[in-house]
Amino acid sequence: MIVANRKPFEEITEMLKPYTKILLLGCNECVTVCSVGGTKEVEVLASEIRLSRAKEGLPVEIKEHTLERQCDPEYAAEIKSFIGDHEVVISMACGCGVQTVAEMYHNKYVVPGVNTTFFGSSEEQGVWKEMCQGCGNCVLDKTLGLCPVARCAKSLFNGPCGGSQPGGSCEINKDTPCVWQLIVQKMKDMNMLDKYMEIQPTKNWSSSRDGGPRKRVREDLKI
Amino acid sequence: MSTGSNLEKVLTSGAFAVTGECGPPRGADPEVIKKKGAFLKGYIDGVNVTDNQTSVVRMSSFSASLVLKEMGFDPIMQMVCRDRNRIAIQSDILGAAALGINNLLCLSGDHQSFGDHPAAKNVFDIDSIQLIQAVKTMRDEGKFISGEEVKGRPNIFIGCAENPFADPFEIRAMRLAKKAAAGAQFVQTQCVFNVEKFEKWMEMVRDLGVHEKVYILAGITPYKSIGMARYMKTSVPGMDVPDEHIERLKSVPKEKIAEEGVKICLEIIERVKAIKGVAGIHIMAIEWEQIVSEIVTAAKLYPRP
Amino acid sequence: MENLEPQIIAFCCEYCGYAAADLAGSMRLSYPANVKIVKVPCTGRVDIVFIMKAFENGADGVYLVGCLEGNCHFMTGNLKAKKRVEYVKKLLDECGMGGERVAMYNMSSAQGQRFAEVAREMTEKIKTLGPNPAKQRTAVSV
Repeated sequence: MIVANRKPFEEITEMLKPYTKILLLGCNECVTVCSVGGTKEVEVLASEIRLSRAKEGLPVEIKEHTLERQCDPEYAAEIKSFIGDHEVVISMACGCGVQTVAEMYHNKYVVPGVNTTFFGSSEEQGVWKEMCQGCGNCVLDKTLGLCPVARCAKSLFNGPCGGSQPGGSCEINKDTPCVWQLIVQKMKDMNMLDKYMEIQPTKNWSSSRDGGPRKRVREDLKI
Repeated sequence: MSTGSNLEKVLTSGAFAVTGECGPPRGADPEVIKKKGAFLKGYIDGVNVTDNQTSVVRMSSFSASLVLKEMGFDPIMQMVCRDRNRIAIQSDILGAAALGINNLLCLSGDHQSFGDHPAAKNVFDIDSIQLIQAVKTMRDEGKFISGEEVKGRPNIFIGCAENPFADPFEIRAMRLAKKAAAGAQFVQTQCVFNVEKFEKWMEMVRDLGVHEKVYILAGITPYKSIGMARYMKTSVPGMDVPDEHIERLKSVPKEKIAEEGVKICLEIIERVKAIKGVAGIHIMAIEWEQIVSEIVTAAKLYPRP
Repeated sequence: MENLEPQIIAFCCEYCGYAAADLAGSMRLSYPANVKIVKVPCTGRVDIVFIMKAFENGADGVYLVGCLEGNCHFMTGNLKAKKRVEYVKKLLDECGMGGERVAMYNMSSAQGQRFAEVAREMTEKIKTLGPNPAKQRTAVSV
């Protein structure tokens, strides 16, 4: 899912400074799974904001509301009846959600409460790591299910580089595994090391964000 | 078909080659390069010019190569994949060939987090092996990566780097084989301090027959100080510095440390010269270019052919 | 301004914390009346939000009293509570309350003395820190 980090509190208070009536909007999907923007986190952030305002002796009115998904206009429409009561909306959803709400409520100031970071999966409870970059042309068959685009710091297709560390880490950080070491190990374990000698050709990045903002359409599903 | 490269001439003649290195300055003053070059003149067959090494902004490898060319050197222009996309890369290859630069060393490049601009965008459009392939295709088939025609082929001697000391060790020889298959003609290795490990790597390389496909130049760096040896041991990715070297440097009085460093260096050169498949050495005397003449002479590699 | 008596909420687990409080009572040990006890089955039941809401509603300090580490009746509840208290300290620092206003304590049900001691300790600490900075004008919640 999409993983995000809550913005530093000072940034949030700075964005909300001019406003008293705030709608704090959570999302029940990805940001709930990575514990940054679901109902619970909305409750906690609202509490923090109230405490910090009260400390300054400044008034604030926060409405807490969590949508099933913020990236679907169907759900974003749910807040139509009360969004008008608020001066600003701070959304805890990923960038997709923030923008869907901002687009739907054209005259409303919608700000992000989180920094959207990556597509990732859970490594263990409480730990999420980047797994996919959405390059638009998946080559996981060539690398036995380990992605060099997202997980190699240099996105090498014919790795590893000369900086790959003993112990299996990437040169940039000892806590970052060298995905090419993992790929080679898997090839060894599965007796597929001959795949390593295949020279992977240059990547066509036009299917990725480099080619411009992307869109997907299914005509058969359009109403 | 051969290129105008002096290094290629020396290697194909069967002579033991010696290359050196020149790091461009962090400013626009070409005198810095000229001064470094003056120390190396006559002692090397080709000079590497680094490309924003360790991701620190320096005068470009292209321009510094030209300065050295004007001094009579045969520059080995280094090109990394970190900062340029394939459009800029192919463009620079054409430019380099147009201005008489005969050698290109194709590298991935250190990640920008090591340098002075860690906030920069990561390019890595293509990797080092794809870069080698691109140069070869432009030169031998007259085609760009896109498949379109190159009008005026760049005649370049293609090099690459390999690190016998990085992990996973078992595939390091395979990786060199891959680079050779892609079109690499010579390879310069990371500095050799652990000669046993290097010998093992050369054995794997010979088993794959790669020593007959690429000219292998062993990387050589003299220790200038204990601090330098320690720094390379702990803070430079992919370096293997044996503890016994540090002990040897510690065992001599302060004024004699550099001398001991050169002694160790000469011992390494002798051992490496004797390994089957090694076609030369690449001396990286970083910020100590003055020592190259002494090393080359003492190793009985002077004068150059 | 003169020091008002602080209001302190103590979330005490049924098996140890609350039992220790009971024992302190039976032993006629006195401890400050500032401490208001809330019984929970285990400190692991204490959610981050309970602590935040306590401060929002005017508490000057909050602490948890759980079983000794390794002896939690529910095995690891008190360890989870410890981690949550660490997390809440950061949130309270961020929003200007001060993370020192929350604390985690561990004791056995036999430690009536310790219970009273901790109650005194926390009360003193909160008196030094002063009243809840948000209390003068509590925000209106919706």
